[in-house]
Amino acid sequence: MATDLDDLTYDPNRKLKVVGTNPIKADGVDKVTGRAKFGADTYLPGTLVGKILRSPHAHAIIKSIDISEAEKIPGVKAVVTRDDFPDLKPGPMRDISVICMARDKVFYDGHQVAAVAATSEKAAKAALKVIKVEYVVLPHVIDVMDAIKPDAPILHEDLRTKGLDDAPDKPTNIIQRAEWSMGDVEKGFAEAYLIVEREFDTKPMHQGYIEPQGCMANTTEDGQIELWCCTQAHFVYRSRLAAILEMDISKIRVTVSELGGGFGGKTNFYAEPLAIVLSRKANRPVKMVLTRNEVFRATGPVAGTHSRIKIGVTKDGKFTAAECEAYFQTGPFTGSAFANAPQAIFTRYDLENVRAWGFEVACNRPKVAAFRAPCVPQIVFGVEGVVDEIARKLKMDPIELRLKNAAVEGYKTIYGDTFGPVGFVETLEAAKAHPHYSAPLGPNQGRGIGCGFWFNRGGETTASLNITPDGSVNLMLGNPDVAGSRVSISMMAAEELGISVDKVRPIIGDTSSLGYNHSTVGSRVTFSAGMAIVQSARAAIKVLCQRAAIMWDVPEDHVVFEDGYVRPASTNVGDFEPLSIADIAKKAGTTGGAIAGHAEINAKGAGPGFGVHIVDVEVDKETGGVQVVRYTVVEDAGKAIHPLQVEGQFQGGAVQGLGWALNEEYIYDENGCMENPGFLDYRVPVCSDVPMIDTVIIEVPNPRHPYGLRGVGEVPVVPTLATIANAIGDAIGTRPRSLPMSPPKVLKLIEQVAENGVDEAYVA
Amino acid sequence: MAKNHITTTINGDEYEFLCDTEQTLLDCLRDELFMTGTKEGCASGDCGACNVMLDGQLVCSCLVLGVEADGKSVETIEGMAHGDKLHPLQQKFLELNGLQCGICTPGILIAAKALLDRNPDPTETEIRYWLAGNLCRCTGYDKVVRSVQAAAEEMRKG
Repeated sequence: MATDLDDLTYDPNRKLKVVGTNPIKADGVDKVTGRAKFGADTYLPGTLVGKILRSPHAHAIIKSIDISEAEKIPGVKAVVTRDDFPDLKPGPMRDISVICMARDKVFYDGHQVAAVAATSEKAAKAALKVIKVEYVVLPHVIDVMDAIKPDAPILHEDLRTKGLDDAPDKPTNIIQRAEWSMGDVEKGFAEAYLIVEREFDTKPMHQGYIEPQGCMANTTEDGQIELWCCTQAHFVYRSRLAAILEMDISKIRVTVSELGGGFGGKTNFYAEPLAIVLSRKANRPVKMVLTRNEVFRATGPVAGTHSRIKIGVTKDGKFTAAECEAYFQTGPFTGSAFANAPQAIFTRYDLENVRAWGFEVACNRPKVAAFRAPCVPQIVFGVEGVVDEIARKLKMDPIELRLKNAAVEGYKTIYGDTFGPVGFVETLEAAKAHPHYSAPLGPNQGRGIGCGFWFNRGGETTASLNITPDGSVNLMLGNPDVAGSRVSISMMAAEELGISVDKVRPIIGDTSSLGYNHSTVGSRVTFSAGMAIVQSARAAIKVLCQRAAIMWDVPEDHVVFEDGYVRPASTNVGDFEPLSIADIAKKAGTTGGAIAGHAEINAKGAGPGFGVHIVDVEVDKETGGVQVVRYTVVEDAGKAIHPLQVEGQFQGGAVQGLGWALNEEYIYDENGCMENPGFLDYRVPVCSDVPMIDTVIIEVPNPRHPYGLRGVGEVPVVPTLATIANAIGDAIGTRPRSLPMSPPKVLKLIEQVAENGVDEAYVA
Repeated sequence: MAKNHITTTINGDEYEFLCDTEQTLLDCLRDELFMTGTKEGCASGDCGACNVMLDGQLVCSCLVLGVEADGKSVETIEGMAHGDKLHPLQQKFLELNGLQCGICTPGILIAAKALLDRNPDPTETEIRYWLAGNLCRCTGYDKVVRSVQAAAEEMRKG
C-alpha cells in the first residue's frame, strides 16, 4: 500500500511493521558499557575547574564583595562576581541572570554569589574561602502560606500583585493572580445535593535526577562560545545565554551530552553562564560540575502549594460545579507555570460550571523548576480527594462516579479547546475490569483510585534525515532525549521508509546544526519530533521517487513508493524491477546529489492524555509507616510506538509520585537553610520500597498524528499523590490532606481516628 | 605535598597514576584515567552510581581513596563485556528496557553482577534489598528488577 505523502493524519488501516515493537534503543549499548558521555564527562586539554561561592543566608543584602585575596591564590585564573555580568533591565532575563549571579540581594540559601576558575579543585576551593562577602541579613520566609501573611518579610519592595481588579499599592510577595472560569458556579452549587469542600497542603519536592548538572565552556578571542552540558533545552539555553550575556545567538554553540535525568529540572541553567564568563576571563576551557549539596540547595524544586477545592454533586452522582483556589510557591521570581493548574485540575470531568484561580507567591527558596505536569499533581491531590469523599458519601463505586462524569469527544474545555477523540472512558473501564480492582485486601490495607489529565504539548521542532550512499539512514534530531525518544523517532522513520530500525541511526544535533527547537518538556518530543521525522522521511521519499524516475527515464508521476521500494505506478510505465532505497542512494551522485529530507514545524494537534491509578497500601498502625503493596497504572498512549518505553514512563512516574507522597521533604533550619541536602536525608524511593508497577496501555489514537500517538511523560505523575492518599484513607478511616504522608503524620491521623472514630465519609 | 604514585589493576590491566591523598578512587578513575563510565551522583555513598569492585568487594568508589587502590584490583563497567560480547546483565537491561536515562546503569550493573556472582538465583526481595543502595529516578525499578531476574535465569542455564 502506497502512503499518501501529504496526509499527516492517522490512518487506522495502515499495516505497521516497526511501530508497536520493542527494538533495543539507539543509546542503549553506550549506556550499559560506560561509553555514554554525560554532563560531567567532557574533558579538554588545559581545562580549569570552576567552583561557585554560595550564599549562607536565606535572605540578605550584599553590601560588598572583595575578591582580591582569592585572585592571589596560586593556580587561580579567574574570579567573577555580579560586576562581570550585564546589569539587565527588569524582566524575565534579569530574573534568570540574578539566579545565576546575585546582584543586590541573595534570595535563598545556596544562591550563587561568585565563582572561581583554577588549575585544580584544591586551588578553586581555597579561593572560595577567601572571598569576602559582607551581608546584611534580612528576615526570611519559606512556606507559601507564611509568605502571604500581612507581616511577612518582603522579597521585593517594588513588587505589586498583577491580575487584581484593584491595583494594590503595598509591597507583597504575591506576584500574580490568574483565573479560569466557565459556566455559572453559583448556579451549579445551588443545584447540588451535596457539596464537599476541603483544604490541602503539598510540600516541594526535588526532581531528584541522579546526574548533577555539569558543563564545559570554551570561549575564543573572537567571541565564539562552545558549551557542552546536560540539558533538556539546549536551544532555549542558547537564546537565554545570549540575552543575559548580551551577545549574538549564533555565536553560542550548545552541544547536549546524554542527560542523566531531568524531569523538568534541567530546563534552567545555573553554572553555565558562570563557566562561560570564567572561560572568557581566563582564556581557557572551564568545567563546572555541581555537587549533590548544590543541586539540592540551589536547583529545582517543585512548587509547594495550598489549595481549597469545592465540588457539588447531585444525588445520583452528577457533578454540578467545581471551584479551586490555590497558592503556589515559586521562589524569588515568577516562572512556576502555576497557570497549568486552573486549566488542568478538573479537566477530564464533563463539568459545565468551573471557577479556578491561583496565586503565585515569592519566598526564600530556589526558583521552582518544571516537573512532569508542572503544578498539576499538587492540586489534583485535593481534587481527587474530594471526588473520593463524594463517592463514599453517595455510596457509589469510585470508578462508576468518575465514569458518570467522564468527559468525552466534543467536550469544550476551560482552556478553550474542544476534545477530539479521547480515551478517558476507555481508561476508566479498563481499570474497573483489571483484576487488581476486585482483588481482596489484607488486614490494615486500603485501596485508592485516582485519575489525572495532561494536555500534552507540541511546538517548534526540527529534524533532518539523510540517506547515506548505501541506503542506511542518519537522523539529526533537535530535542535532548530524556528516556529513549531517539528509538521511538527512529522507528517512525523506519516505518515510513520501509526499512529496519537497525538501518536508522539518530543523533541529537547541536544548536548550530538545526533550526530552533523548543525544549524537551510537556510530553511533546515523541509526538512533535515524530511528526517532524515523518515529514522529513516523506520529503526524502519524494526525492527518491524523482531519482528513480530519472534512472528509468520516465515521468515522475509514473512511479510510486511502496514498502521500501520505488515501483512503476502501473504496468503501462514499463517493465522495471523495483528499486530499493539502497539502489537509488548508490546512484545519487549521478542523479542529482545527496538524498535527504528535513522539516521545520510548529507541531499542532497534541492529543490529551488520561490516566487512572489503582493503589493498595498497608499501614503499620503502630508506626504510621505506609507500604505500597500493589500499584496499577492504566493510561491512554494514543498509540504506543515502543510499548516497553511507554510502560517505563508509567512506572517511573508512579514511583516518583510515590516518593513525593510518602517521603520527600525539604527540612529548613530557623535561618532558612536546608538541613537535608543529600540523598541520605532527602529520601527518594529505593528499590526495596516499591512493588512491581503493573501497567495497562490503552490506545485511543490521536487522529492528528500520523501514528496516532499521545504524549505519555506527564500523566503518570498526575494522580499519584491523590491515589496513595485515597488508599491511606481507605486503610485508616481518614483521608490525609497534607504531604508528605510520612510516618509521624500518618500516626497522628491514626491516633485521631482512635480518639474520634473514622471520618463521616468512612462510616459504613 | 607531592602526589602519590599508585599502581593498580583495572579490568585486568595494570595502570599507574598520580593522585592527591584526598582524591577519591572515583575521581582518580574519571579525572586521572578518563574512565568516565563510573558516575558521580552524590559523592557521599548514598546513590550507588559510582559502584565498582575493589578486590572482589562491591564499593562506592566515592568513599574509597585513590591511594587505597594501590596494589589492588578494580573492576569497572568498562570491563564488564568480554570483547564484543555483552555480559548477560547488559544484554537483558537492553532487551527489557532496564534503563532510561542510563546515569545509574553502570552502578546498578556492577552491583547486580556482584549479587549474581554470590547468589545465582535471588528472589525478587533479595534483588530489591541488594539494589537498595542504587538510586534510579527514571524507571521505578520494575524493569531493573526484571532485567536482573532474566539475566540470572540466563546465567543459570550457562
